[in-house]
Amino acid sequence: MKDLLKKLKRRTNLVFGTCIVVMMTATAIFAPFLAPYHPVDDADLLYSEEPPSREFLFGTDSQGRDILSRVIYGARISLSVGLLSQLMNSIIGIVLGLTAGYFGKWWDDLVMGLTNIMLSIPAVIFALAIMALLGPGLMNVFIALGLTNWSYTCRITRSQVLFTRDLNYVKAAQALGYGKIRIMFTQILPNIVGPILVIATLGIAGAILMEAALSFLGLGTQPPTPSWGGMLAKAREQIFTTPWISIFPGLAIFTTVLGLNLLGDGLRDFLDPHTAKKI
Amino acid sequence: MFAYTVRRLLQFIPTIVAITLIIFLLLNVLPGNAALMAGGKNRLPDDVMEKLKERWGLNKPIHVRYLLYMKDLAQGDLGTSFFAREKVSQMLASRLWPTLKLACTALLIACLLGIPLGFYSALRQGTWVDTVTMVGAVSGVSMPQFWLGLLLMFLFSVQFKLLPTFGYGEGAAVNLILPSLTLGVGYMALLARTTRAAVVEILTQDYVRTARAKGLTKIWVNRKHVFRNTLVLLLTSAGLQFGSLIGETVVVETLFSWPGIGSLLVNSIFYRDTPVTQGCILVIIIGFLVINLVVDLLYGVIDPRIKYQ
Repeated sequence: MKDLLKKLKRRTNLVFGTCIVVMMTATAIFAPFLAPYHPVDDADLLYSEEPPSREFLFGTDSQGRDILSRVIYGARISLSVGLLSQLMNSIIGIVLGLTAGYFGKWWDDLVMGLTNIMLSIPAVIFALAIMALLGPGLMNVFIALGLTNWSYTCRITRSQVLFTRDLNYVKAAQALGYGKIRIMFTQILPNIVGPILVIATLGIAGAILMEAALSFLGLGTQPPTPSWGGMLAKAREQIFTTPWISIFPGLAIFTTVLGLNLLGDGLRDFLDPHTAKKI
Repeated sequence: MFAYTVRRLLQFIPTIVAITLIIFLLLNVLPGNAALMAGGKNRLPDDVMEKLKERWGLNKPIHVRYLLYMKDLAQGDLGTSFFAREKVSQMLASRLWPTLKLACTALLIACLLGIPLGFYSALRQGTWVDTVTMVGAVSGVSMPQFWLGLLLMFLFSVQFKLLPTFGYGEGAAVNLILPSLTLGVGYMALLARTTRAAVVEILTQDYVRTARAKGLTKIWVNRKHVFRNTLVLLLTSAGLQFGSLIGETVVVETLFSWPGIGSLLVNSIFYRDTPVTQGCILVIIIGFLVINLVVDLLYGVIDPRIKYQ
């Protein structure tokens, strides 16, 4: 136990990151029990733009909705956008990377060409282009972000496949007559899961930031859905009169993304002790 | 080096063709979007819509439109805005300078603060300076840019009334401070982190130990052996991450009503003004490609061992 504590102390990133992420996930799951009011239906114009008080801990917005409740429910939107879109990115990246590395030839050239093109388009710009096609809306944010950020996963997967392809355990599997797909998914993939996981964790953080930015621009999640970024869309006009409206949703984004970034960094150090020792 | 530059520039052409194809398809697979949108909430009468489609060239099949677009593009014509009745190239030209000014100032702030901070904290590993810098850096990376902008706006414009809240202010320097700071902080944090990681890595190298062992002063070793090698490592990741700075320009420009290419892009998406959207995206991507080329060329300047073939 003492040993464990000592070890954990050296892994502050991992500990803090895990704590924040667990807390935010719990908030998202138990939102209906935690939120004092309903995020959309409990609008009361008689109580609009109330400053933080005992009744409304974070104050109310211009339509008299409780900001605390909206921030709590917003965790659901942010986390699900982050998780699902990154899942999509990971799947695209892993499948393309595995097949490109394993089959090689023209398929490899094609995939790598596509990856390089994706890397030469800034992520926000590409997401904006997809949103321009699909129009605003939560579902479309999932799709846009899910198609935007797979190139790193793809590159890493491919390079790891090229490295492991000629190792003995893969050759053994080939000798045993395993099919190509089976080798890819049961022999190669489990051994490269570490770096992919790190990229995915940091990717979730990036996706949450990007959803917030899109919704802030008015091109992402639409009101009245309580999205942290969307809650800040009108914040600039309200900054003179009701500044508290802009503080808490932003703080929620910041904390969540910080937690995920710490977790990602911690995981990387944990999985690759070589760099951890030096840092 | 000259031949290398020319060859890299020639490689741009297929990349740009591929990118224009992707962007064109993305923005144009749904025909008549702009015509539908032109009436706002009310649907326009069919004959008006047909006329609009004809004027904007939306009634032709998509491959014909792409070829026409590429033909114009080859002649430097980016098309005409659906709504502003202005050449897209002119709109872009008038907005290029504000964006460049903003991005370069932000980059300058980020480099001047981020690199020294990362360097310093790597040399003082484990001290409170290091801890504070690294906590600050991970916070800076995690902070949504527009929220930071709002906080700065609240602090410096509303509370202290020192700086203008938003707007271009005819190019006044005071209007540049908040947007460039907002844009620069994230990249600065990133640079600090990358620099520190690079320096930590280099400090363990044998040539650093040798340099110290032969009695060179600490300052000399840091300057000649560590710093120069750091720059090479730094350039790689900083160049790759520059795309995020460009992307964030869009958000920061919108927040501060900055008349740059980013805010033009967002507005054109709202109005489904496809030629303008296409033009903005193209300019941004070409800018990013050029920066990557400059980064590649800088390698040779910093590290004489690298030879361009």
